Amino acid sequence: MIFAMLLSAAVSGCDHKKALPPSLTAKATGAALVVVSGDKQLGSPGSQLPQPLILQVNDDQGNAITGAKVQLTGPPGVDFTPQQILTDDNGQATFKVVLAGIDGRYELTASSQDAHGKPLTVMIPEYAAGYQQEVGYEINEKYCSRCHNPDSTSEQVSNYDNLAVKPHRFSDGTIYNNLSETDLTTIISHGGVAMNRSALMPPYGWTLNKAEIQGVIAYIRLVSDPPYVAPGVVYQKP
Amino acid sequence: MQTNNKSSFSSLKTFLCDPFRMFGVVSVLLLLLLTVAPAKDYFSQWRSYQRQYLNLIRNRSNAVTLLRHFQGGIQQIWIPQLGVIDRCQTCHVGVTESSLSDVKEQPFRAHPPIPHKLTEFGCVVCHRGQGAATTVSEAHHSKMAGEEPILPMRYIEASCGQCHHEPLEGTPKLNRGRLLLARYGCVNCHAINLPDGSTIQATDNPPPLTHIADKTTREWIYAWLKDPTSYSASSTMPNFLFSDADASDISAFLIANSTSQPGDSMAYPATASGSASDSSAGAVLYGESFCASCHATQNAAGNLVGGDLGPELTNVGTKVKPGWLMAWLKDPHTYDPTTKMPQYRWTEQQLQTLTAYVASKTDPDFVANVHLQPATQAQIAHGKKLVIEYGCASCHEITGIPKPDNFAPDLSRVGSKPLVQLIFLPGMEQSLPAYLAEKIRRPRAFGPSLHMPKYSFTSSQIEDLTTALLSFTNRSFTLPPNLQIPAVQDTNYRPAGHAGQLMANINCLSCHRINGNGGTMAPDLSWEGSSVQKPWLDAFLKNPNTLRPTLIRRMPKFNLTDSERTVLTNYIMTVYQTPAFERDEMPLSGYSPDLVEKGRQLFYSKYACQSCHMVNPNQDKGYIGPTLTTVGARLNAAWIFHYLKDPQAMRPETIEPNQHMSDEDARALTAFLMAQKTISGQGAK
Ligand code: HEC
Repeated sequence: MIFAMLLSAAVSGCDHKKALPPSLTAKATGAALVVVSGDKQLGSPGSQLPQPLILQVNDDQGNAITGAKVQLTGPPGVDFTPQQILTDDNGQATFKVVLAGIDGRYELTASSQDAHGKPLTVMIPEYAAGYQQEVGYEINEKYCSRCHNPDSTSEQVSNYDNLAVKPHRFSDGTIYNNLSETDLTTIISHGGVAMNRSALMPPYGWTLNKAEIQGVIAYIRLVSDPPYVAPGVVYQKP
Repeated sequence: MQTNNKSSFSSLKTFLCDPFRMFGVVSVLLLLLLTVAPAKDYFSQWRSYQRQYLNLIRNRSNAVTLLRHFQGGIQQIWIPQLGVIDRCQTCHVGVTESSLSDVKEQPFRAHPPIPHKLTEFGCVVCHRGQGAATTVSEAHHSKMAGEEPILPMRYIEASCGQCHHEPLEGTPKLNRGRLLLARYGCVNCHAINLPDGSTIQATDNPPPLTHIADKTTREWIYAWLKDPTSYSASSTMPNFLFSDADASDISAFLIANSTSQPGDSMAYPATASGSASDSSAGAVLYGESFCASCHATQNAAGNLVGGDLGPELTNVGTKVKPGWLMAWLKDPHTYDPTTKMPQYRWTEQQLQTLTAYVASKTDPDFVANVHLQPATQAQIAHGKKLVIEYGCASCHEITGIPKPDNFAPDLSRVGSKPLVQLIFLPGMEQSLPAYLAEKIRRPRAFGPSLHMPKYSFTSSQIEDLTTALLSFTNRSFTLPPNLQIPAVQDTNYRPAGHAGQLMANINCLSCHRINGNGGTMAPDLSWEGSSVQKPWLDAFLKNPNTLRPTLIRRMPKFNLTDSERTVLTNYIMTVYQTPAFERDEMPLSGYSPDLVEKGRQLFYSKYACQSCHMVNPNQDKGYIGPTLTTVGARLNAAWIFHYLKDPQAMRPETIEPNQHMSDEDARALTAFLMAQKTISGQGAK
C-alpha cells in the first residue's frame, strides 16, 4: 500500500514537471502576419529591447483581424512577455523581448495560422551590441548617420538629400557584405577617393582611432541585412 | 520477514568469517574506493566541457590551429596585484580564440572584443563570481557569505565603471545611470565617494524655499507634494507618498516659514492679462527670446518640446503668482542668486506681455480640489518636524533648518553589498541587482517607515541606475590606484571684473563652457577671441541670428545696451585667446585671386566641403556644418587655417573630420573662405 502511495506520488510528481503556459485558442484567423514596429532594434546583451515588438494580423484585404493568435519563438536564452497572445482591437500583438546574454544577431520567429491551418510566419532580426559594436554605434550616431541614414528627426536633420552621390544605409548588406574588412578600413580611414569613389565620403583616419574604426566596422557587420557571414569560419555540421 | 532477514545475516557472517574471503572482499572495496577520486575527476563537469570543445573544433576549417592552442586540464590566470585567481578558462576553453566568435553555445564562445586583455585583468574583475571554482554552480551561483555570484550580462557595463569614472563610448547604460544619479539629485541625500577622491555632484538645482510664499500658494505646494508628476511629467522631484494631513502640514510650515524678499514681487496690472493680441505678442516674444532652448512645454500631442536646463513650463501659470513672475522675469537673481536663468533686459511693456503669456499656461484642475483650512500652530510645528524627518533640506534651502549630513546611507560601495545584508521582498529574485532595482522602483515596499521617495522612472532608467550603482564596488577601492581614470571635473572658473559681472548676469556659463567650467549646450568660448572678428561678435551680440538653420536651441537676444556690448566684446576678444597661434598671423583679406581660385577647387573637388557646408546658397546644399556664406566676415584667417589643419585641436567636440591637409592646401582654402564676405549671388557691397 505504501508502495502504491509512493508510486502515485512519484507519477503525479512527474506530471508537475514542467507546466507549459495554457495554450490560447484563437478566436479568429487572418491571411497575413506583418511586423508593425520593433524589428531590427539594437539592444544590449541580456537586456530588454528599447521598444516593444508589435505585429499585426490582416485578412486578405489587408484589414486588421482581432483575436488571432500570434506566438513568438527564438534562440535559447531569448525571453518574450507574453509568449503568445491574441491580437487586440487593432489586430495587433505586442511583445516585450529580452535578448540572451551574448552579443550578435538574433533571429526571432513570429507565427500565426490562416483559416486552413496553414502557418503564417515572419522572421524578425534583432541585434545585441557588445562593447565594440556599441562603440561603433556611437561613432555612427555622432559622425556617419547624418549622411548614411536618409531619415531625419527633429533633433537631427539628415544630410542625405544634399549629397550628389548617395551613400548607403549601414544595414544594406547587399553593399557592405561585398566590402572586405580591408576595403572598409581603407574607405573609412582615407575617404571615398582612396577607393576611386566620391570625395563626398570624407576620410576619418585622422579623426577616429583604430579601435573606433574597428568598432564602426563591427557595428556595420552586426546590423547588416542580409546577415554578414565572415569568410573563413565555414564549418560543416558534424 | 524478520526471520528471513536474520538467516541471510547469519549466512553473511559465516561467509565473511573465512579470512581469505574477508581479504578478497576488503580489497575489492578498497579498489572501488580508490577509483572514486579519479572517476570523479574523469566525469567532472570541466572535463566533459573540454571533450565537447574538442568535438566542436574538429569540424572547423582552422581545427589544426585550434587544437594546437588547446591545453587540457585546469587552466588558471593568476594576477597577484589584482587578487585574481581565475580558472574560468578551464571550461571557457575558446574564450581567447577570435575565430570562435560565431559560436553560440556556451562555454565555448570567443570573448567579444574589448579594450583589455584577459591576461591583464582575468575574468572576475568584470564578471564577478568565484574565479577559483571549477564547477558551474560554485563559479557562477555561489551565495555563500563573502562570495559574489556572477553579474548578469545586462549590468556588465557596471564593471567598466570601477576604474573609468569618465563616460566611455561603449557604455551607454553606465553613462546614463550616472547622469540620472546627478540629475535626479540622488546624491543630495546619498553620498557617493569615488576611489579617485572625487564625488558625484548633483545637477538638479532644487530651488530655495526661503521666500516661497512670494512665489506660490499653499494649495499649489500641497498638490505638488502629493504628486509632482501630475503637475509636470518631467519633474525631478520625487513623490514622498505623504498622507493628505502630512502634505497639508508641510505646506503650512513652508508658507509660515517663508520670509518676504524685497523686490521679488511687483505690482502686476490686472488689466495686462487676457487680451488675445497680447497673447499672440507674448508667444512671439517667448519664441524670439528662445525660452524653449531651456524650458520645455507639452505640445498638443503630449510630447515635451524644448530644453531641460530650466523647469518645464506647461502649467507654470498654476504655480506662480503673476507679480512674482514679472519680478522674476525682470531679474531672476533677486529671488535666487544661483539661478541659471539669464537676466534679459526687457522693457516694462515686454515684461507685462511675457508675464501674461507665461501665466496663461495653466492646468486649473491641478489645484481645483484642494481646499485647506487655515493652518494651526500645531500643524505648522508638525510640518516642521516632517520637513526635518524627510530631509527636505538635503536638497532645498529652508530658513532655520540646516542641511543634514549623511541623511541617507552612503552608496560608495553599494555594488558590493553582501547578500546576507539584504532584505528581500517575498517572491523576488534574491540577487543584489534585483534588490537595487526594486528599491528604486518600490522603495516603500521594503518598509512603510522608510523615507526614500518614489520616482517615476521607466524600467530602462532603472536598469541604467542599477548599472551605475553596481559600479560602486569594494574592488574599485582595492584595485591599484594607477588604474583609476577620473572624470573631468568642472573647474571653478569665473570671468573677472565688470565683464565678469555682466556675464554672471546673463549667465553665459549656463550654456557655454569657458576654461573648463559651464554648460555644454552651446559652443565652448575659451578661445572665441582667436576665432572670430570683432565687428562680427559685436553685431552677433546685438542680434544673434543662428549660424545653423537646423538647430532648435539658439542663442537668445539679451537686449544688451551698447556699452554693455562693448565691454563684453572687448573682454572676449582680448581674454579668450588660444595659446596655439597668434590671432593676427594671417591677414583678413588681400589674398591673390589665384590662391582664392585654387581654394575654391579644393573646396569643391578634393575635400568636397559642400557635402556639409554652404558657401553659395544657390548651389550648395550641405547643412551639417555652419553656413559659410559670409565666413570671411566672421572668422579670423589664422583660426580657419589652424582649424583646417586639426579641427579637434581647436574644438575637441567637433565632428568635422581631420583631413590631414598640407599647409599649402590649408592656406588656399583659408584664402577662399576669407573671400566669402558677402552672400554670393547677392552682389558685393
Ligand atoms: C558628409 C557625408 C558623409 C559622412 C559624414 C560619412 N559618409 Fe560615408 N559615404 C558618403 C558618400 C557620399 C558615400 C558614397 C561614395 C561613393 O559611392 O562614391 C559614402 C560611402 C561610404 C562607404 C562605402 C559604402 C557605400 O555606402 O557606398 C563606407 C564604408 C562609408 N561611407 C563609411 C562611413 C563611415 C564609417 C562614416 C562615419 C565615420 C561615414 N561614412 C560618414 C558620405 C558620408
